[in-house]
Amino acid sequence: MDWGALHTVLGGVNKHSTSIGKIWLTVLFIFRIMILVVAAEKVWGDEQDDFVCNTLQPGCRNVCYDHFFPISHIRLWALQLIFVSTPALLVAMHVAYRRHEKKRQFRKGDQKCEFKDIEEIRKQRFRIEGSLWWTYTSSIFFRLIFEAVFMYAFYFMYDGFRMPRLMKCNAWPCPNTVDCFVSRPTEKTVFTIFMIAVSSICILLNVAELCYLLTKFFLRRSKKAGNSKQQPNHENKEETKQNEMNELISDSCQNTVIGFSSS
Amino acid sequence: MTSSAGQWQRETRAGGAELSCGRHETLEGPLGAACEDPFSPAETMNWAGLYTVLSGVNRHSTAIGRIWLSVIFIFRIMVLVVAAESVWGDEKSAFTCNTQQPGCNSVCYDHFFPISHIRLWALQLILVTTPALLVAMHVAYQQHQEKKLLVLTGHADAKHMEEVKKHKMRIAGSLWWTYVCSVVFRLLFEAVFMYIFYMLYPGYQMMRLVKCEAYPCPNTVDCFISRPTEKTIFTVFMLVTSSICIILNMAELVYLVVRACARRSQHHTNPSSGKGSFYGHKHSSEYKQNEINQLLTEQDGSLKDMLRRNSGLQEKGDRCSAC
Repeated sequence: MDWGALHTVLGGVNKHSTSIGKIWLTVLFIFRIMILVVAAEKVWGDEQDDFVCNTLQPGCRNVCYDHFFPISHIRLWALQLIFVSTPALLVAMHVAYRRHEKKRQFRKGDQKCEFKDIEEIRKQRFRIEGSLWWTYTSSIFFRLIFEAVFMYAFYFMYDGFRMPRLMKCNAWPCPNTVDCFVSRPTEKTVFTIFMIAVSSICILLNVAELCYLLTKFFLRRSKKAGNSKQQPNHENKEETKQNEMNELISDSCQNTVIGFSSS
Repeated sequence: MTSSAGQWQRETRAGGAELSCGRHETLEGPLGAACEDPFSPAETMNWAGLYTVLSGVNRHSTAIGRIWLSVIFIFRIMVLVVAAESVWGDEKSAFTCNTQQPGCNSVCYDHFFPISHIRLWALQLILVTTPALLVAMHVAYQQHQEKKLLVLTGHADAKHMEEVKKHKMRIAGSLWWTYVCSVVFRLLFEAVFMYIFYMLYPGYQMMRLVKCEAYPCPNTVDCFISRPTEKTIFTVFMLVTSSICIILNMAELVYLVVRACARRSQHHTNPSSGKGSFYGHKHSSEYKQNEINQLLTEQDGSLKDMLRRNSGLQEKGDRCSAC
């Protein structure tokens, strides 16, 4: 069970996300998890072995290391990434539940069911509306909270985002205030700032997605309120369909081509 | 009730894999391409994962773009993973200073190597390869639009849907702009990183000996770097491949621009009729239908060819009004 397994599980959620959600997932995997695995873990690899204190007193180095690094950056990031990606599983579970219900209805031979076979139910992509909308919005909300909490934890534990080169320590059994030197402080600062920056980008993407979902919700509501006053008729449906086709064609004018007219 | 709940749980768990490796339909984005086999041993999120994600983009690239991708993966990423990482593996443990003063080693190492070559290259490679994902996203979006249109025109059978997925998008129109932006970003990132390298490690050469006098070193001490010659060789090698990639990107940019201009001049010599009517008055449905027919005859592209092949339709114009 490693990052690859998380990637497999979350790749499925991708299908039912909004476009902003897909971008968020890509940023998460490429700019955070991949950087963590490929680069950051090596920078912090020798953090304890190369933590050197100016004393021969046994135990002083261990105690000082523990005092200044209660939890390593790498572990904090790993926890942050796990917590931030798991709310998406709420959505996956909800989708799986809906599919299960549809399969059950289909097996019962329910008239309402419009699918040809089980395979189609499995492949169907659900629209984000109704209870799925609420699940999705809660998952984004939780993501935001987790990101903010971890950023605050970082700031609180390490007094800012900079890694100092030298720390003065006088915990027992150190005989007096000893100088302790951190290995690769500049490289660590660079990576910390990078991860914080990407974390902020992810927060912005989540906020944008939340706004997008809320806007869609209110628009749909006002459309429903508007439609309930009108009398739907056959001509309107044809015209809406035609309008949608026109829009699609003009949008994808140069590349995608449909060879038929509908008449 | 319990048995069905249990069954649902089983489905969710197994379906973690099932959900992820969907047979891909709608707008999956670049990550959709990553799932080939749900039951293979879990692949860590490393260079191999990046390769899986990017190899999907390969299909919609130009020939030069494919060469560029191969150069990146074979001559840069592979060399990094297989060789360079072992050369730089002991960079800190074998960095020795001529002093017993505790901490002097660490401080001098940090002073001369603010960020290691390996990490810089890893960052460079990740940033340089990610603009290709813009293209992948745009292609996925266009495929989604095509499918929607197929559904609206009533040709939503499995065969057509499969063909939408498989056919290669022409690099024209808005996709051309996305592609050109991605190439420009690549060039920019490559140049920026080469400059950063030059600033941090002037001359690209690794010295054998550096003199350091940062606190707590008691005086100016000599510090010795491990494997300087081997590091210089690899630095020069990575620099050369980086330059080759820059040249390939520039060639691709020139090729795209020249192709666009050639297409445009071809379009000018055969102007489309009635283009002005596109902005005309749009009230009657018959007029709208005429407009669509006109747009359809003006365009070319594989989806249209595909549908024509399948139904034996004839059409008049065959020209792309792109770019």
